[in-house]
Parts: sequence; structure tokens; C-alpha cells
Amino acid sequence: MIAYLLRRILYAIPILIGVNLLTFALFFVVNTPDDMARMHLGMKRVTPQAISNWKAEHGYDAPLFYDASAPGINKITHTIFFEKSARMFVLDFGTSDDGRDIWHEIKTRAGPSLAIAVPVFIIGLLVNITFALLMVFFRATYLDFWGVVLCVVLMSISGLFYIIAGQYLIAKLWHLVPISGFNGGIDGLRFILLPVVVSIVAGIGGGARWYRTIFLEEIGKDYVRTARAKGLSEWRVLFRHVLQNGMIPILTGAVVVLPLLFMGSLITESFFGIPGLGSYTIDAIQSQDFAIVRAMVFIGSALYIIGLLLTDISYTLADPRVRLQ
Amino acid sequence: MKPTPLLQISDLRTRIGAVRAVDDVSFSVSANETFALLGESGCGKSMTALSIMRLLPEHGTIDAGAVLLEGRDLLALPEASMRAVRGGAIGMIFQEPMTSLNPVLSIGEQVGESLRRHRNLGGAALRAESIHLLNAVGLPDAARRISEYPFQLSGGMKQRVMIAMALAGNPRLLIADEPTTALDVTIQAQVLQLLRSIQRERGMGMLLITHDLGVVAEMADRVGVMYAGELVEIAPRDAFFDAPFHPYSRKLFAALPGRGQRGGALEVIPGMVPALDSAFVGCRFAQRCDAAFDLCRSETPAWTQLAQGHTVRCHLAPTGSRTAMPVPTTSVTQAVMGKATALLTVRNLQVHFPIRSGLLQRQVGAVKAVDGVSLDIGVGETLALVGESGCGKTTVGKAIIQLVKPTAGSVLFNGSELTRLGAAGLRAQRSGFQMIFQDPYSSLNPRMRVVEILEEGMMALGVEPAAGARRKAMTRLLDQVGLAQTALHRYPHEFSGGQRQRIAIARALAVRPRLIVCDEPTSALDVSVQAQILNLLKDLQNELGLSYLFITHNLPVVDYLAQRVAVMYLGRIVETGDTRTVLEHPRHPYTQALLSAAPVISGPRPPKIQLHGDLPSLARPPAGCHFHPRCAQAMEVCRRQYPGQTEINSHQMVWCHLANQIA
Amino acid sequence: MMFKLVMLKTDALIFLLLAAVGIFTWYVRRHDYLRAPWRRVLTNPTGMAAAVVLAVFVVIGLLDSLHYRPALAMKAGQPVQYGVEVLSALDAMLPKLRTHKEKTYSAPLATHLYAKETIVLANGSTVRDYPRLKYGGAQLADPHTQWMRDIVQRIAWGVIEGLTLTALLVLLLAALLARRQPGGLVAALVRLLRGGNAIPWRTLLITCAILLMLGLVIVQLAAAYHVFGTDKVGQDVLYISLKSIRTGLVIGTLTTLVMLPFALLLGIVAGYFRGWVDDLIQYLYTTLNSIPGVLLIAASVLIMQVYIEAHPDVFDTSAARSDIRLLFLCLILGVTSWTGLCRLLRGETLKLREQEYIQAATAFGVSHWRIITRHILPNLQHLVLITVVMDFSGLVLAEAVLTYVGVGVDPAMYSWGNMINSARLEMAREPVVWWQLSAAFVFMFALVLAANLFADSVRDAFDPRGRVQ
Repeated sequence: MIAYLLRRILYAIPILIGVNLLTFALFFVVNTPDDMARMHLGMKRVTPQAISNWKAEHGYDAPLFYDASAPGINKITHTIFFEKSARMFVLDFGTSDDGRDIWHEIKTRAGPSLAIAVPVFIIGLLVNITFALLMVFFRATYLDFWGVVLCVVLMSISGLFYIIAGQYLIAKLWHLVPISGFNGGIDGLRFILLPVVVSIVAGIGGGARWYRTIFLEEIGKDYVRTARAKGLSEWRVLFRHVLQNGMIPILTGAVVVLPLLFMGSLITESFFGIPGLGSYTIDAIQSQDFAIVRAMVFIGSALYIIGLLLTDISYTLADPRVRLQ
Repeated sequence: MKPTPLLQISDLRTRIGAVRAVDDVSFSVSANETFALLGESGCGKSMTALSIMRLLPEHGTIDAGAVLLEGRDLLALPEASMRAVRGGAIGMIFQEPMTSLNPVLSIGEQVGESLRRHRNLGGAALRAESIHLLNAVGLPDAARRISEYPFQLSGGMKQRVMIAMALAGNPRLLIADEPTTALDVTIQAQVLQLLRSIQRERGMGMLLITHDLGVVAEMADRVGVMYAGELVEIAPRDAFFDAPFHPYSRKLFAALPGRGQRGGALEVIPGMVPALDSAFVGCRFAQRCDAAFDLCRSETPAWTQLAQGHTVRCHLAPTGSRTAMPVPTTSVTQAVMGKATALLTVRNLQVHFPIRSGLLQRQVGAVKAVDGVSLDIGVGETLALVGESGCGKTTVGKAIIQLVKPTAGSVLFNGSELTRLGAAGLRAQRSGFQMIFQDPYSSLNPRMRVVEILEEGMMALGVEPAAGARRKAMTRLLDQVGLAQTALHRYPHEFSGGQRQRIAIARALAVRPRLIVCDEPTSALDVSVQAQILNLLKDLQNELGLSYLFITHNLPVVDYLAQRVAVMYLGRIVETGDTRTVLEHPRHPYTQALLSAAPVISGPRPPKIQLHGDLPSLARPPAGCHFHPRCAQAMEVCRRQYPGQTEINSHQMVWCHLANQIA
Repeated sequence: MMFKLVMLKTDALIFLLLAAVGIFTWYVRRHDYLRAPWRRVLTNPTGMAAAVVLAVFVVIGLLDSLHYRPALAMKAGQPVQYGVEVLSALDAMLPKLRTHKEKTYSAPLATHLYAKETIVLANGSTVRDYPRLKYGGAQLADPHTQWMRDIVQRIAWGVIEGLTLTALLVLLLAALLARRQPGGLVAALVRLLRGGNAIPWRTLLITCAILLMLGLVIVQLAAAYHVFGTDKVGQDVLYISLKSIRTGLVIGTLTTLVMLPFALLLGIVAGYFRGWVDDLIQYLYTTLNSIPGVLLIAASVLIMQVYIEAHPDVFDTSAARSDIRLLFLCLILGVTSWTGLCRLLRGETLKLREQEYIQAATAFGVSHWRIITRHILPNLQHLVLITVVMDFSGLVLAEAVLTYVGVGVDPAMYSWGNMINSARLEMAREPVVWWQLSAAFVFMFALVLAANLFADSVRDAFDPRGRVQ
């Protein structure tokens, strides 16, 4: 068990290095720092002097991999790769284009992101499972049929529509909650209510339908027939036998995204003005702040890898076949 | 005055969609009695059981009939009261112990669930009773096992847990649906023995569903034979085995392979079970019946009583005549195999699969699936390789034809050493040996037509490179295996299991091999179809001089087909020799146990040798003789040292410390 | 020459895809095991109704993929010059929609502008009022009294035309069916209307009838009004919505086309050969998969933007420029989404290679390549198909989101994402400009719903277990 998990952790290291190299290649090799500078300064009539000034200002003036001119160990450390990419392993992300420390920014913005993402994750999971179980309980009836139809319709609607319609109806027309914004403490509840509800509703269609197929597959298995032959009621069969087995794929599927909750949701946060990491990322993309995008790519990958590890762990907890072997 | 039977089923009709799976079935089961429902797959016997429990699959409906349990009509009960019956008055055991237990609940929880539901137990009493039940079904070390999960148990132990669950509600009726079909023969003997004893102890009625005449002979008090959704014959066991009446019942007996038929052809039932979604006119068996006459095709036969308790549904019955019991055509002139020229010589074959573990995935051990097997097969000879599942016999077959790379040892085929050949050299030899697989459903690519299946090997190995000649060769092949020419352009799913196995045989024959490895080719087939395939294999051998390595767990088949036999246990051969010598005078205790465990259909029943416990893991075989933990005659030396080879005579060799003493 | 054909990169790929679909259809017709599940799709009423709706979208998208540059009016003797504007066959069919531009916003079917302007009256005085539209309802002398009547009339005409065409369609179909079935025309007609055929013709006809009526009503109205209003620069919203169809379809289909070879090759190779090849491929897709999709797309699109801006000379028209961006978006979406299919195929190949028929082929010494193409690929094909149709709708929805984030299609390109994005900025306006958003959502919803329903029927037909993740 322990050896298995250790091996998984060891396996994560080359992946993180791979991600790092890939992003480095994407950001610095495909396009040179010169291209970047030219774009930031405007395309027309950029003097070479202005470019090198910009590069020096943002720390892009070193060679990519190897600095032959530098003394000793600096041959390697005084490079863009070391300064900009390798440093990320120790959570040093440098500063954004407007001069702020990215890591500090990330730390302060994670809170608002979680305030939205965690309730959405937990309540959404519960709602979807409940909805799916209801459909399975009434399987092969009209309730199930219309439930599936509803799911297909819900998942055919663009996520943007839910947000815009929610903002328009609930906030603008009925003035129940503020349209956007964020505040800490109990007062913040007003602000997160709408984004949370909207995100959950947007996820029901796909989620409930997927869980329904998982449960339906379980319900066709032999052990369910055995459980019925014991004289258990249908609800008990569903809750004790089907749900427990179905939860293995559901939970492990959910655990992967657990660490990614830190990243927040790009769209929701930006529409509702939540000062989280999602809107941070989106602002960076729109203002073409490469340093922030690079940092977010690295953090996102690291969190995903942690998610994979958690998945392995949750498998061993949820499934005795894995735990005890 | 007849007492009310425990279970009385009358005129039951069940439909699954358009398929009339159970059609007008009536029978009864009394307390303390075992009623066996016998029939081949798809005849409706399982659906009858599920109808009693009202656990039919989604599209199933019960159209008519009554199911009276102690006088109460179960079909009229509301669902809530029916739930009290399920697991309460009626316990049920299913065929597949591997999938019938919930994988994520401990067995204690699963047994306890029934106890809580039907006996209102809880807390310590629940635990105590669970342990008591598991002890009663012979689960070793029940107090510890109660917190284990199904995957930690062997198949036999899982089936014991299933039985414990079925017994938890103190049922008056136990329904056992093919309870031992998925188990090995020594385990089957254990489970049957257990079922017999608990039935006697508790005075339960038992409805036993099986396709195996042997199981019926050992277990049943009365027998009902089902065919195409209806019952065709009901009889007390002894009457049935002495003189089955219905032509279908008689054919079932005759299709069983055994020594009696050696040298001759097995009786087969021509044709197939009719589709159950159409209306029937006349007797359902008429198309396949040798004795059918006009009346059979126009009128459904009514029940006729032959003797007390022996009724049959056949137009022949009222006339008093019966079909002749097909007499096996025993040929006395069995070709005596001298020391035929060896075609295949295997010496000290080993196949080890590494076990890796730890941080760096170092090899920490090996599963010795095959651990030093030597055997010879002569030209035109059949060698049977016998053993229980997991003993490594299939791996031997695959290693011989180089589908699995042997770890060590030599495989000398027709003068060339296969283990040392490169890819090209091996390809040049490949047409010499082929394989027929166990499962006719997964051994044919569903996406290829028969013509493509047949020509694949011919093209790859350059047999008949010209298209015209190849087409002619394929035509002849289909002829040889008894398929119509129209089969060429059809897909595998259009054929039945037996027909698919014929296609698989034709595919192997297409490259004109001299040796065919047959890996349990009939174990997935019904007994009447098995007879067809065995006949075909025998005919082909006579005609083409083929050699077979016949891998099987079925001793009667060995007796029928093979000249020589090798018995395998945990990766090694423990006894080998002429079939007749080995099967009549087995020297190894394991061979003796195997022979004794196989259910006996007729004749005297010798005392059983019960093997205890399960087959140990190949990864950690017991020290000394691998068999000693299960051997009743184990001695001190058996625990320390693997026995050497003892040649009893020129016809028999055995690896056992006892061999010399007995000899 | 009146025009010069322009073959954009995505056009070429679309027609390549069309050819591939054609070949695949021909292949399916020749193989029984492939035909059987498609026959099940054909008999599924919901799936077929969805297919009809999809077909309408596809036809519009294909028309919009035949691009050309019109010749400019030249004096005789001069060499012909072509306009920089790239038009499509769809534009040629809808000249009015394209060219009838108002000044700014106008509501659907409106006759007046949505913003007040200073109007100089005939007597020279000026008032601030909503001016009449240049085109919308321009034929009405007095909109206040005539508008309602005119609208109702046009709708009625549209419905009548639709019904007539449907009736013709019914007769035509009955005549065709009567030639293959016994009982003559009347019997075929009765059977058709009662729904007594294996293929759900009646459902198809009802779908056609609804679509025809809807379409013809819109045609009637569009002749004189802006059915969905106009946007900020006075462009007809119906026109924008129709032009956006192609973008949605391209993203939904080309992405899959791009990723399919990778996923197939790597998935099968990993599962079939196992060992270090498998390790390497697993490492590759785990690494790619671990980068959050949106961020990888964002990073790549930003990088590409830099590239395009650094090399403006490569693209001769703005259409070519936004086209290359669209293609690149498909490419990068493909890169981020092939991992799922790859993993699925690897797992399935691992299972397949243990199948006895593959061992039998190995026993014949059949080469790896032949085993992969003859045994493994055909048995994976249903998985690929299901994935492709299931992914389509997700990709169409993703376009809108990515465009909103700013890493989607070119801002100059017609797309539902751009429509939503530009309309969103007007949400704060009182009264709200709702039609642009609504049109985009309605079109997107229709396409995605039809795609989802069709995908469901395909999945049900190919995978009776009803489950593919």
C-alpha cells in the first residue's frame, strides 16, 4: 500500500517536469521574448532598443538555456529557463506585468475561489446523485423518461445562458441578490448565493444523466438480484448495494477535480466579479500577461497531479478489492 | 390422502418480451424432498425459478398460473408480503458465486442483512448467528472471515457464503440454480455434499436446477425434464435413471461420453432447440425426434402416467411402445497405439510469470504456472491433459504452440526445437500446430465473415496462395466440419455455439496442421452439442491422422476420446499413462480424488474421497509435495520433499511417495 | 470571370471530411455488422428527427463553406480585380440579409430604430424620436396601423407555403414507398400517415413540416423585416446567426478529425504492444492531460496570436486570417481532448488483445499490422464513433465559452460566442437589448440539442449497455 502510493508520488515528478518543459517550450521557444516584447509595445515601429529595454525590465534578457558568458554555476542559473521555469518548483513565480508578486496574489485569491467552488462541488454532487437515484428508482416509467429528457435539454443549454439568465432574472429583475461582487464573512453569503445556484443548475443535466447510467449498470448486476432474493426493499437495494458500488466511480471521478477547486471557475468568477483565481486567470489572458498564465498552468498541473494521487488514495479507501491487495 | 406439497406450481406461463420462456409448467416439491429441474441452456428452467421468486428481468411477465407455497398463492401476494417470502420462506442460490455477492460489502454484512431482515437480530446476537451460519456451511475460520470481502474468498467458499445467506431466514424451500456449474469437480463434490446434509438436517424442500445428469443422479429424489419451455417428463430418480421414457431424455443419456462409447460415435440430437417466440403446433421435440410420426407434428401430446409418479408428455406413451435406448456402437477393435512415432516432445517445460512488488517494481517471486512439464504425443494420438482450473494446463498448451514464451525447457515439434526459432523460422513451422479455444463466442472475430476467418491463416502461412484453389479448399473444409456452403459469407453471430466451434475447428484445419491443441473445446456447450463436436474431432482424427493435445477437466470426455492422459496439479504432472490404466487404477491420491468426485450416473457409487480445502495459489505452492495439504494419506516425507517419478509399468507413471509402497 | 473561388484551409478540411463520410457510408453499406446498428439508428424516431434538424444545419454550413471573391466592377480592357471581401454561396443566396444594414440596434420585426435620433421633419423642424428603419418595414406607409396586419399576413403565407410543400413531400414519399411495398399509392399513404413503417417516416415528415413552416415564415418575414432585429452596427442578427452555424460545425467536427489519428494510433499502439511503448504514451497523455484544458488552450492561442501578428504578410485576406485562427483553435482543442479517447482505446485494446481470436491469429503468424487493422480496429470502431458524436455538442458549447474568455475564434469572425460576447456588454442598457443574446442561444440550443439526441440514438444503437464515458 505505502509502497504503491510512494511509487505514484515518484511517478508524479517526471510529469511535473514534463509540464514545465512543455510550457517553457510553448512560451519561450515557439515565440521568442522578442516577439513578446514587440507585441506588448505595439507592432509598428519598435526600435531594437525598446525591445531590449522591455526584456531587461521583465527579466527576459538572459539566454534560454545556457549562458556561456556567465561565470561558474551562473552559466545555468542565469538563463530564462532557470529564472522563469525551474524556479516554479519552489513556488517562485516572479512578478506580473504590473509588478505584483504572483504567489502572493494567488494566495489571497484562493479564498474567494474556494468560497464558490466548494459549495458548488458538494451541493452539486448531492443534488446530482439524488436526482439520478430518483430516476433509477422510477426507471422504465414516464418519470424516468421525462427526467432524462430534462437532463438532455439542460445539458444542451450553454453555460453562459444560465449565468446571464440568472443574473437578469434574479438579480436585475427581482433584486433578490446583488448582480456581482464579493465580500468576506457572513455578508458574503449574499454574493455567493447566485453564482453557486447557477453553477449547480448548469451542472445537473450532464451530471445526473451520467450518474444514472452508472447506477443503471450496477442495477443490472448479479449481486443486486441476490440482494432482492434476500427480501430487501427496493430502496434498501438502491441505497445499500447500488449506491455503494456506484459511488466508487463517482467519488474517484470527483476526487480528481477536488484540488482543482482552488483554481476557481473562469467564467463564473468573471461574470459575478468574484476576485478569485478564475477571474485572475481570465484577466491575465485578456491582458496577455504571460507570467501569470505560466504560473497558473504550472499550479493547475500540480493540482491535477495531486488530484490523481488523491484518486488513488480514494480508490483504496472506497474499494476493498484495492485496499486489501 | 396426499399431504399438501410445500410448493405447488400449476400452469405457469412466463414471457420475456416476446419469448415464451416458461410455457404451462406444473410440478410440486414436498418438504424434505429434492426436485431436480433438468434441461439444456435456454429451456426455461432458470426462468421458472425466478418466476417463483417473482424476480424476473425487466421485460419479464408472468401471464398465467399459480405458485402455491404451503397453500398460499405467491403470485397474488402484494410486493411487500412477497419480500417477506424472499429470503424468508424461500432461499435462493445462484449460479455465479463470483458475481452474485456484493464486492464492496463484507460477507458478515451480507449474511447479517438477511438475518436482520427476517429474524430481527441485531448487535452481538446478529454477529454470533452469522458466525454460526458460516460455520454451519463449512467456511473455515468463520469468526475471522466474517470481516473479509468476497474477492478474498475462493469460488467454493463464496458459494458457501451464498448458501449461508440463503439459509439465514430459515427457509422451508431452497432454490439452487446451477449451484456448482462454475466450480471445479472436487469443489462441486464438497458443495453438493453440503447441500445434501443441510437439506436433511433442516427438512427443507429443495428445487435444484441443473443441466448435469450426474448432479441429478447424486442429489434428486424426483426429476423433471424441461425442453423448450415446457416439462416433458417427471419421474422419481431411480425410475428415471433406469428407464427414461421421453425420446429427449433418452437422447440426453446417450449423448454422454464415457468409456462405453469409446471407439464408436456418440449419439447426437440433430437440429437445434426451436425459437421460443413463435407458436407451436404439435410436440416441440418432433423435428429432432427419431420416432416422430404424423400425430407428433399436428397435436400437442398430453400427460400420460406410466407408473406411480412417472408421467411423460409424448404421443408414444399411450401406445406402450418406446424408442429403443440408443445402444452405443462399441467397436472392439480399438486401434492399439504402439509407441507411435513422436510428433511432439516436450521436456521440462517451464512458464513463470514474474511477480513484481515494492517501490521499484523488483521481481519478488514468480507464478510458476508451468513448472517442469514433460510429455510426448505420437502421430495420430490424443493425449488428454486433465486438471482443475488454475492448475496451468491451458498455459502448457499455449506454451507448446508458442503463444506464451516458455521460461525454460524444450519443445521439439517434428524435429525442430520451437523455443529456439526466430520469428521467421517459427512462422515456417506454424502451420504444423494449431489451437481450438474454449469459448466459441470470443474465439471468432465478430467483425469478420467466415470466409475471412478461414482464409486469414491460409494467407498468412501461404497455404493455397491461389485464390481459386483456396476457395476450393474452404469449400472442402466446411464440408468436413459439417457446415453448409452458405456459411462462408455470414458473420459468427448468426451461428449457434456448436456451429461456431465447428468454424473454429475449420479455421485450425485450414492450414493443415498435424497437431491441434484443444483447450476445453466443449466445456461451454450443452451436452448434446458436446457430443457433436467430440464426434467431429474423432472423425477428423481418423480421416487426417491428426494428433490432439486435449485439455479438459471432464474425465468422461477423456475416457471417451484419449489414448493417454496426464493429470496436472499446481503446474506439474502428477500422474500419466494409458487412459484405461490411469482411470481404472489411479495411483496418485489426487487422481483418485478427481475420479471419485465426478458424479456417477449409473451403477454402484463407490465411497467418496472428499478433498478438503481449495487449490493453493500457484504463487506460493506448498513445500514438499504440492498436494500434501489436501491429501488424506500425506506422510512426513510428503511435507519435506517433492516426490520423484515412479514408473509403475510401461503404461503408467506417477509422482508420489506412496507409489512404491502400493506397488 | 465574375468571381474567384477561394478555398480556405477549413473549407478544404470540411470537404475532406465530407469525402471521408462518403467513403465510410459506402464501407458501412458493404458490411453487415456495421449496417445493423445504423439500421437501429434509422428506426429511432427521436434520433431521426434530430438528424433532420442537424441536416439543415449541415446544409447551411456547407453552403457557407463555398467561398469566393467577387470581381470588382472594372472598365473594359483592364485586368479583372477581385474584392478583398470573401463571400460564400450562402451570402449569394441571402444578398438582402447581408447588405441591408441599419444604423444601429433595432428590435426584431421593428420598423423603427432602437435609439432616438434627431430627425429633420419635412417642414424643417427637428424632433428627437425613433427614426424609421432604412429597410425594416420600409414598405409600410403607416407602420402603426399596418404593421400587425402585415406580419400576420406574412406568417399566414409562410404557414400555407409550408403546409403545401409538406403535402407535396408526403405524396412524393408515398409514391416512392408504393413502388417498394404492396398495395398501391393509397395503401402506402395510409401506412405512412399511421406510422406503420420500420423507418419512422411520419416523425420525419412532422419534423420536416415544422421546419418548413418555420423556415418559410422566416423567409416571408425576412423579405421585409429584420426577423431577429439588428446589432450595434445595424447588421441583421438573423444573418449573423446563420453565418455562425459554419463556425460551430467546423469546431465540432474538425477538432475530432484532427485528434482522431493521434488518439487511434497512440491508443492502439499503447494497448497492443504494452511495455515501454505503453509507458511512454501513458506518460505523454498524463502530462498533457494534467495541464488544465482552458489554460493550455489560452496559452496556445495567445502564442499563436503573437505569431499571426508577427507575420501579417502570410495571409492575404482577413477571412484567411480568422480562418487560420479557427483552424488552430480546432487543432489545439483536439490536442487537449484526444487524451480521453486515447485512454479509452488503450484500455479496450488491452482487453481485445487477450481475446481468443487474436491469439488464434497470432498462432497463424499473422503480422502485428494485420492484427491491428483486421482484428482490433474494427472492434474499436463503435467506441470511436460514439465518442465523436458525443463530443460534438460539447465542442460547440465550448466555442462560446472560449470566445468569451478571449481565446476562441477571431473577434471578426461570425460566431455565437462573439454574438454573446458583444451582446453581454449591452446587458446593463435600459431597456435591455435581448434579441442578439436570444438568437445566439436559440440557434446554439437547437444545434446542440439535436446533436445530443442524435448522439444518444447512435450510442444506444452501437452500445446496448448504454454507457461510454
